[in-house]
Amino acid sequence: MTESQTRNPRAEGGALPQPVVERRRFNASLIWLIPALAALVGLGLVVNNWLQAGPHVTISFQSAEGLEAGKTQVKYKNVVIGRVGRIELSEDRSHVLVDVALEKNAAGFATADTRFWVVRPRIGLGGVSGVDTLLSGAFIGADVGDSKEPRDKFTGMEAPPAVNHGAPGRSFVLHADDLGSLDIGSPVYFRRIQVGRVVSYELDKDGKGVSLHIFIDGPHDRFVTRETRFWNASGVDVSIGASGLKLNTQSLATVLAGGVAFQDPPGPHDATPAPQDNAYTLFADKGLAMAPPDGEPHFIRMRFDQSMRGLAVDAPVEFLGVEVGKVVSVRLDYDEAKQRFPVVVGAVVYPQRLGSAYDKLEALARERGENPDLSQLIGRLVEHGFRAQARSGNLLTGQLYVALDFVPNVPKVDFDPNARPLLIPTVPGSFDKLQEQLADMVDKIDKIPFDSIGKNLDHTLAGLDATLKQVNGETLPAFKDTLQGVQATMGSANQALSADSPLQQNLGDTMEQLQRMARSLRVLTDYLGGHPEALLRGRRPDASPSSAPATPSQGNTP
Amino acid sequence: MSALPRAAELGLIACPVCGLVCRNVAGDRQLDGDGVGDAMACPRCGSLLRRRKSNSFMRTWALLIAAFLMYIPANVLPIMRTASLNDIDDNTIISGVVELWRAGSPYLAVIVFSASIVVPVLKFLALGILLTSSQRSSAWARLQRARLYRVVELVGYWSMLDVFVVALLTALVRFSVLSRVEPLPGVIFFGLTVVLTMLASMSFDPRLIWDGRNSDD
Repeated sequence: MTESQTRNPRAEGGALPQPVVERRRFNASLIWLIPALAALVGLGLVVNNWLQAGPHVTISFQSAEGLEAGKTQVKYKNVVIGRVGRIELSEDRSHVLVDVALEKNAAGFATADTRFWVVRPRIGLGGVSGVDTLLSGAFIGADVGDSKEPRDKFTGMEAPPAVNHGAPGRSFVLHADDLGSLDIGSPVYFRRIQVGRVVSYELDKDGKGVSLHIFIDGPHDRFVTRETRFWNASGVDVSIGASGLKLNTQSLATVLAGGVAFQDPPGPHDATPAPQDNAYTLFADKGLAMAPPDGEPHFIRMRFDQSMRGLAVDAPVEFLGVEVGKVVSVRLDYDEAKQRFPVVVGAVVYPQRLGSAYDKLEALARERGENPDLSQLIGRLVEHGFRAQARSGNLLTGQLYVALDFVPNVPKVDFDPNARPLLIPTVPGSFDKLQEQLADMVDKIDKIPFDSIGKNLDHTLAGLDATLKQVNGETLPAFKDTLQGVQATMGSANQALSADSPLQQNLGDTMEQLQRMARSLRVLTDYLGGHPEALLRGRRPDASPSSAPATPSQGNTP
Repeated sequence: MSALPRAAELGLIACPVCGLVCRNVAGDRQLDGDGVGDAMACPRCGSLLRRRKSNSFMRTWALLIAAFLMYIPANVLPIMRTASLNDIDDNTIISGVVELWRAGSPYLAVIVFSASIVVPVLKFLALGILLTSSQRSSAWARLQRARLYRVVELVGYWSMLDVFVVALLTALVRFSVLSRVEPLPGVIFFGLTVVLTMLASMSFDPRLIWDGRNSDD
């Protein structure tokens, strides 16, 4: 700052004072820095926005329920990776198209195998998920795959995927006859610990079964070996055995929602972990799953000549109490020669279920140099009385089962080992036998001559009647007279025995005399005791009056 | 030349503080021709003596342009986030106004709309008109333009309404999970716009309205 002028206003003497001129150091045009800065900030925002903007993808969903344009977020592992920009209907109005602006760092999600789904609260028997969305609103979940192929159109899933990409574990395929109560997300148990879940299911192409894809989480997937058996653990399994009532369930959840359990079979087996997507059979229960493999099924046929009421398809075929197969068909046939309608029962049997017995039979057949085929083996057995028989399994319901058994004393039959399917000779069932025996008994009862027996009985009864009349008319009055006579006799006897009768008095006198006689006899014996010589010499005169002897002189000799 | 002489024509300049009338140094723009505006000081009280505010046009233009540039992100970016239990809502100024209108508070919507959209835009227009007309020394509607300037000055104080609303809500609505309000970057740009427009209107010298070649009263 340079002061070029004096500060005294009155210096110029009456004239107006000159202002002090000060040098400015800054160029006024520096003010343009402010708009430049503002422009820079604005430009920075634009550039930042442009840099932040990731790719736009379009996802189609069945409905836009819970989605909100400009608000709904896209999350991966609960990290926001994008935001829904626009929601519009597709041209054919069958679904909605959701435009999602992904963030720059989420550009990798715009690849071919990325999956998108809407996370909504889901409440099912298997559990509750997405509760947080109740408050925060729905969001779109994403799961990215390995693909590098860029893509910007996706079809959203209606349900969240059961397994996220890259989760440790392995998936396997189960084949079952039907789905049962299983569903996507149904748990898979190993020793009652949940180790996986059902990922998806589909009908087989031929429609004859269901294929289930399950995913076992690592590290438990190593427990799935090539020999592992899977079974449907849904519901409650109640069995009554020798040890009492047994109730078997996996968990309360499976009772309601179903589940799958697996385990290795007991005994030695191949314990190498199974490869990815190995296929297994899903058994109906643990017992079936743990049973040794059935081997090749054989179809057999049986002809029964009696009614097969109570024999249903799936009824068991038992050999000596071991279930070896099941009935697959029950059909009527017509026998022209006999004019009868025999029942033809078809069944599949699994000889492997006989275990070592079958192996031994086979070995024996080989030793004999015969064809160890089932038909040949059965041919030998038939010679020894091997027959099929329909037996009653349940007396109350009349359910029948087919028993293969050795029946003693049966007539020999022709057996054709080359017939296909094999025709097993039959004998009437035990219940039928009982019926026959009953019929026999009835026949015999029929033959009893009830007519003549009745007639004879009638005659006999008439005779009896006449006899009784005679007894009534003649015998009974006579009997009465006799009784009266007896009564009179008794009356006189009574009189004779009364206290004041002469008989009594005589008796009293006699007794007195007898008493007196006994007394004198005692005196005599006393005297004789003292004087035995008196027997010879007679009684001596009394020496003194003190020893006054009795006078039984007249009776001293006995 | 008009009938009534002006201070500049008489070569006089008055000190706005102590009222001392000085002789104007001839040519006040660039005293020594170095391009940098030199300043005169009152010989008595030392306060700055200016015939007109220095570089008024340039400053006002610069600040106005800066304000306008800031006004774009202020409107594009959200200014406020209202987060309630089940919803997170980011609002720009316009969407806030629309929401207020829809929510059944049209009066409030009108107030917010006028305070944050109408007023700034009018300010830009008014200052722009004042600047261009004054730069061309136009004699058109001088009195009205002077009044317009005063209105712009007056209204300027009220332009911070939006910023106040956001600041108040942010401080008051803090119920953690249930609901809360957070300021977003837009409000900063809006505040900058208001500040810059106020600075622009301050740097404009209304005396320039009356300067002119054929100035008439």
